[in-house]
Amino acid sequence: MSRLSLSRLLAIARKEIVQLRRDPRSLAMAFLMPALLILLFGYVITFDVKDIRLAVLDEDRSARSRELVDAFTGSGYFRVAARLARYGDAGPLLDRGAVRMVLVVPPGFARDLGAGRPAAVQALVDGGDANTAAIALNYARAIVIAYSARAVLRGTTLSAPVSAESRVWYNEELKSSNMIVPGLIAVVMMVVAAMLSSLTIAREWERGTMEQLAATPVHRVEVIFGKLIPYLAIGLVDVGVAVLVGRGVFGVPFRGSALWLLGTTFFFLLGTLGLGIFISAAVKSQLLATQTAMIATYLPSLLLSGLMFDIANMPFVLRMITHVVPARYFIVVTRGLFLKGVGPHVLWIQGVGMIVFAAVGLTLAVRAFRKEIG
Amino acid sequence: MLDAVRWPRLRELMRKEFRQTLRDPRAKRLVFVAPVIQLLLFGYAVNTDVRNAKTFVVDHDHTAVSRELLATFAASGYFRIVAYGERPAEIVNALDHGTAIVGLEIPLGFAADLAAGRQAKVQVLVDGTSSNTATVAQGYATLIIQRFGIERGGTGRRGDGGTGARGGGETAGVDFRARAWYNPNLSSRVYNVPGVIGTIMMMMGLLLTSLAVVREREIGTLEQLMVSPLSPAELILGKTLPVVAIAFIQLTLITSVALLWFHIPLRGSFVLLIGASLLYILSGLGLGLFISTVSNTQQEAFMSMFFIFMPFIILSGFMYPVENMPVVFRFLSLLNPIRHYLVIVRGIFLKGAGVGILWPQVLALAVMGTAILLFATTRFRKTTA
Repeated sequence: MSRLSLSRLLAIARKEIVQLRRDPRSLAMAFLMPALLILLFGYVITFDVKDIRLAVLDEDRSARSRELVDAFTGSGYFRVAARLARYGDAGPLLDRGAVRMVLVVPPGFARDLGAGRPAAVQALVDGGDANTAAIALNYARAIVIAYSARAVLRGTTLSAPVSAESRVWYNEELKSSNMIVPGLIAVVMMVVAAMLSSLTIAREWERGTMEQLAATPVHRVEVIFGKLIPYLAIGLVDVGVAVLVGRGVFGVPFRGSALWLLGTTFFFLLGTLGLGIFISAAVKSQLLATQTAMIATYLPSLLLSGLMFDIANMPFVLRMITHVVPARYFIVVTRGLFLKGVGPHVLWIQGVGMIVFAAVGLTLAVRAFRKEIG
Repeated sequence: MLDAVRWPRLRELMRKEFRQTLRDPRAKRLVFVAPVIQLLLFGYAVNTDVRNAKTFVVDHDHTAVSRELLATFAASGYFRIVAYGERPAEIVNALDHGTAIVGLEIPLGFAADLAAGRQAKVQVLVDGTSSNTATVAQGYATLIIQRFGIERGGTGRRGDGGTGARGGGETAGVDFRARAWYNPNLSSRVYNVPGVIGTIMMMMGLLLTSLAVVREREIGTLEQLMVSPLSPAELILGKTLPVVAIAFIQLTLITSVALLWFHIPLRGSFVLLIGASLLYILSGLGLGLFISTVSNTQQEAFMSMFFIFMPFIILSGFMYPVENMPVVFRFLSLLNPIRHYLVIVRGIFLKGAGVGILWPQVLALAVMGTAILLFATTRFRKTTA
């Protein structure tokens, strides 16, 4: 076996760059993708539920019941979209999706409250979207509790007996974009790096140029790294774009060290690219490669990384699987650097993890790549 | 368009397409296993409920009352106390390391204040990096603390408030009863699994249609098809009908898994589901054909597909309710076939809604599908002729 040569490696890289440049649209998309994804996710994803459309059925028609309804509208979370006359009207409204919640104040509400009996209030919520429904119910419950406390304590000089003083760290305004943008960088890396690199070897097989490559003296390590270099560059530029968009458009803070971000991203990218090339070399078809890459990298990093959905809530088997999702660790790094401003003393484990991932990804790529035809 | 369609020629092309797509056993697996994997992932992983939030406690009070508050926290199911500390700095450390996402600090004199009728303060620190979890956890914590205060504080001073609390169970004076329609347990799965149908069918429609043409162009066999006696209409039908067939097999597969494995109720009409899906897949085919006219390589086609698909998904209400989006995006999403299809799928599955309620969405899909398909086929004829 011939010794590895840098010039051959660079020749492969140059060929790959020429090929990329001949396809300006793909190249442009590779650079635009992070900006587009971050803009879309940043603007659209919001877990803040506001202006929930509420229908009110007030059968009590007392000052007390109006106070309760006012407490709902005054909270800013609810907007009265309809006032109902009969209970039977509630169903059709929910069916059509015209309102999300129906608040029912039965007759005798004020009387019961005055007499110290528990006064019933009913809420019907459209449970279709469980998340929004749970949040809406939560707000409703909090409003009723506060109202109830006022009603019970009326006449005494006290305010609520215990107050909860809550403070949010790292993301004081609970902005969704602060949560999404750092994590999304991991997903964008995965998408761009794994998907682009998953095409490279398969393309050579499909077009028949693999035979030409096989006829050259180039070593497989040179091929892998040569093909890697352009995509590594694209990936690093993408991170830069993502950080700039995140900071410039959404005002996401960056509290950690940029050098650490660069370092961990470098290894994360190497691992992802290695994985992409591994898939490409293993399946030898572009359609299969992109789809496999999608299932193997994009979906797990979106769903199983803790980016949007709590890992603690997942069933045991999935929780175990999340341990081998590299994005899970990378998101800890990006969130740590962007929001928490922590450094190596907290993130060194994840740093080591990224290096391990890079080593595994590259080894897989080199081992799967065979020049032999047939 | 149906001017020059000869069934034998069309049949041969379709046979070739099927064979090419499914020749590779791995491709077969991909087409039929991938949707199930996605379905399982979305069914199990997408869950925005907050349970067992890791909680770090610093209890300066060390009284029976403070322990009772902590027990209430632990018993709620929303919080799991992972560690106790003595100094507030330890909470910050735990949040930094991610070993806890909620910190509770009970001040010295908590029990005494409560007994004396002075206001007692409990500090709640929440890790905001995951803003959704943080919002919900904060809400639950506030609720638990306030309720605890009203129950413990209220009984000491006012008889009626106390009885209210005991009798009502839920809150002191007002008994709040909530009922969730369509989805009594508020499980996210019931909402998400029908949605996966929409995303998978769109993705497969886009991907298989566009790549079916572009692959031939890239390998050079499209020219051979051009010089064959196949008419453009036959070519288009031959490329798209197999995709429709595959999409419907996937629809059946996903629906079966949803019904049999996840026990998602199908309350509405299956026929309506099939009809709406047919209209929906038209948009996917049209967009796929369109991509194939503007792409020379599979890489280009794939990137273009992703560029169309991602915004479609994000603006569809698949994961994030459309009504929470900024106004501009809400209007933009009206042009998104996935959005309309999701309303239909969820309506049929969860609410048992019929045409009487869903007709605007069905109409939108019909108009959009026809328009996109017409536009794409015209373009396709021009570029290939």
